[in-house]
Amino acid sequence: MITFKNVSKRYPDGYVALNNVDLTVEPGEMVFLTGHSGAGKSTLLKLIAAIERPTSGTITISGQNIAQLKPSAIPYMRRKIGFIFQDHKLLFDRNVFDNVLLPLQISNFDNNTVAARVRAALDKVGLLKKEKAMPIALSGGERQRLCIARAVVHRPAILIADEPTGNLDVEYARDIMTMFTSFNQVGVTVLIATHDASLLEDTQHRILSLKQGKLAA
Amino acid sequence: MIRAWLTQHGFVFFLTLKRLISTPVTSLLSIIVMGIALSLPAGIYVLMQNLQAISGQTADSPQMSLFLKLDTTQDSIEKVNQRLEENPQIQTVQFIPKDVALQQLQQSTGLTDITASLMRNPLPDAFVIHTQENSTEALEQLRTVIQSWPEIEHVQFDSAWIERLNALLDLARFAVLMLATLLSIAIIAIMFNTIRLQILTKRDEIEISKLIGATDSFIQRPFLYFGALQGLAGGATAWLIMALAIRTLNEELTTLAQLYRIDLQLQHLSSADSISLLLFSAWLGWLGARISVASHLWQIEPK
Ligand SMILES: Nc1ncnc2c1ncn2[C@@H]1O[C@H](COP(=O)(O)OP(=O)(O)O)[C@@H](O)[C@H]1O
Ligand SMILES: [Mg+2]
Repeated sequence: MITFKNVSKRYPDGYVALNNVDLTVEPGEMVFLTGHSGAGKSTLLKLIAAIERPTSGTITISGQNIAQLKPSAIPYMRRKIGFIFQDHKLLFDRNVFDNVLLPLQISNFDNNTVAARVRAALDKVGLLKKEKAMPIALSGGERQRLCIARAVVHRPAILIADEPTGNLDVEYARDIMTMFTSFNQVGVTVLIATHDASLLEDTQHRILSLKQGKLAA
Repeated sequence: MIRAWLTQHGFVFFLTLKRLISTPVTSLLSIIVMGIALSLPAGIYVLMQNLQAISGQTADSPQMSLFLKLDTTQDSIEKVNQRLEENPQIQTVQFIPKDVALQQLQQSTGLTDITASLMRNPLPDAFVIHTQENSTEALEQLRTVIQSWPEIEHVQFDSAWIERLNALLDLARFAVLMLATLLSIAIIAIMFNTIRLQILTKRDEIEISKLIGATDSFIQRPFLYFGALQGLAGGATAWLIMALAIRTLNEELTTLAQLYRIDLQLQHLSSADSISLLLFSAWLGWLGARISVASHLWQIEPK
């Protein structure tokens, strides 16, 4: 599903955030990406969604070489991915429902089914009763769940989450991990970056560990 | 597929309307500014069209008056008449005997007393002809020919004022073109700036949309609709401004017309010209938005 071959990323200021990374994530797999702050986790995820381009190496997503995509093809590639951003990237001038609606509007979904899809996604994350609320009125945990609803509403094959339990209480964090597990159980490939080691204590899923831009065994 | 496309565009259309209405004062002010800017060249154009209609009526078949020498005999008059009738350049020939001319003078000026006290009729016999062509050279040539006939005292034709009018119309046409060009650039600049500000305030929305897979055309569409819609509204405003101005002017002209017994009413743009005005103004708005979008959107790259 996701393959990195000899991928390096050097930022314009000369800093090498990823150094010769090789990795494979199988379809339907759930994988954790750990490492200290600054290890390069966010950079790796951004490369998958073509938010950053690699300096060298090849990245393949469902058989497509990301580095060779034309700029006009990138939006269509991004629609195959549900991305949960570290800084949320919610729209604060529209309510919960409209935030989740955005990916469907972008992908030109049929107007008759969008409302049902939005509500289904909100239901999965337990926000159905808050569809009219503005994001500013939500708690931290609720905002995180809103991000998840927006990431899955168009039913992507790949779900990518960058620090999804960032500043949350342990209990909230467990709730959210359960949600990811249930998405994975219906066949979604899930890749989660986290520096929170407590999340990984009793997981049976594969853990990839980044240290200063290099993947440890 | 087509239905999805239509609903998508319908959706953006209503979103744009909502955007226009959500900032009523700003939108209204921009629309009025655009309307005034457009009404200037369009107004001159309307005046020009009206003037051209008037000059067209008279210029269609130019009139020439030939005054005969006072002592011309009936025989010579016949000969002149025949020569005129045979000339292919001349469309109609009308003879006005000096008695008739005097009567007309008395009637039209009301100077019956003075003319009645004259010992003899001071007016010459005359012909009034309408020519086939109306180019100045052809008329001049004809005038020279007729002037050379021995019976003819004087040939007069009224091309001078038509020439002046045509020159004036040419000037007006040039003015319209120049004004239209300058004000179009101004409108594009206004729209450029309006859209630039909109893009700035929607920075987050644009960035997030790009991140979750929006194409460039999806992101551009609302701005282009906005430009076109506001341009259209500006064009409609210009049309209304002119309609109002023409109504006011026509009221004045009615008074004038009663005084001078001439029938002169200004006409608004023809429906074809009106549609052109609306399409053109919509296009201007769209173009301003297009340039603005092209020069600002690429700067917003998600990180
Ligand atoms: N746009 C950027 N320009 C320069 N350096 C960057 C940029 N983004 C991240 N970095 C650097 O790359 C390193 C890895 O960052 P990141 O991928 O965000 O790590 P993590 O998510 O594991 O905390 C950090 O040292 C960070 O300062
Ligand atoms: Mg990070």
